Amino acid sequence: MKRFALALTLAASLTAAHAVEYTQVQADKSAINFTYKQMGVALDGKFKKFASQLSFDPAKATAAKASFEVDLASIDTGAAEGDQEVAGKPWFNTKAFPTAKFVSTGVKALGGNKYEVTGQLTIKGKTQDVVVPASFAAQGNSGVFDGSFTIRRADFSIGEGSWAKFDIVANDVQIKFRITANAGK
Amino acid sequence: MTTTANYTSTAKAIHWLMALLLIGLLALGFYMHDLPLSPEKLKLYSWHKWAGVTAFLLLAVRLLWRLTHRPPALPDSMPKIMQFAAHAGHLALYLLMIAIPLSGWLMSSAKGFQTVYFGILPIPDLLDKNKELGDLLALVHKSLNLLFIAVLAGHIGAALKHHFIDKDDILKRMLPKHSNK
Repeated sequence: MKRFALALTLAASLTAAHAVEYTQVQADKSAINFTYKQMGVALDGKFKKFASQLSFDPAKATAAKASFEVDLASIDTGAAEGDQEVAGKPWFNTKAFPTAKFVSTGVKALGGNKYEVTGQLTIKGKTQDVVVPASFAAQGNSGVFDGSFTIRRADFSIGEGSWAKFDIVANDVQIKFRITANAGK
Repeated sequence: MTTTANYTSTAKAIHWLMALLLIGLLALGFYMHDLPLSPEKLKLYSWHKWAGVTAFLLLAVRLLWRLTHRPPALPDSMPKIMQFAAHAGHLALYLLMIAIPLSGWLMSSAKGFQTVYFGILPIPDLLDKNKELGDLLALVHKSLNLLFIAVLAGHIGAALKHHFIDKDDILKRMLPKHSNK
């Protein structure tokens, strides 16, 4: 009986050692950037503040979950004038809609280290289904997730009124992210 | 009386084309700078950069032409010191026509907005984005333009003096239909 219990404990600890679940997002090693075009000029920016929850076990990828909440006022468009402008009503209207949210609804393993995350993205009170390709790489105790996807700013009414046409600021905005998460205990 | 050869039609055409373009660029530059951020402002900035690249290309053609075609000499009636001043003024105009677009190009790069000619052809960034350097280059670009306006005023003033006071053919010989007998 004693020997059986020991075997059970050993087996349990072995399983635990293999089932690594990445849950502790490292904010300082994570980033959300974006690129867009202005009259043919490629420009990039980033969001300096966002909160995220993540649970990802490579052995059970389809059960993975991810959610993000991005502080839109923390935007860095590359110019102070731009940061001020996009906080205003025609763009993000951060007073009424301070954050953008992403909540995953499903994860598909595409083989190798590639995954496809589906989810709902809510910006400025508008929700859209998005498909986000992501790759995963284990680095010691942490997992690094990289990916990018393209949204159309008009789908979320980002840039209304005089900005609504796409001749100056293009409709497509590419979102790029790198999330580093440590394995949970 | 002195006899002077003519400017070539090409030299005259580039002179007046660039006169129009550069005065337009100056006016646009000072106007757009103080506009509040709007699609209009971003459009004008792009146009200003495209026009600036065009002016630089025209200048390259002009320099090539100038180096292969001798311009008519200044009249002997001009004192040596005035002849020297005229040459120095022209040299200053050429140097500023080179330095101003270069400073605008470097400023764009340092400010993080690459110059893309007509929205199609990207001009390489020689500098990485750097706010302090961008602000410094903006000051350089503006100062060079203020200097350019001063030298340009001297250029136009001198041409008018030659025409109305000295009554020589310095201004007329740059006009399209003028030719010496």
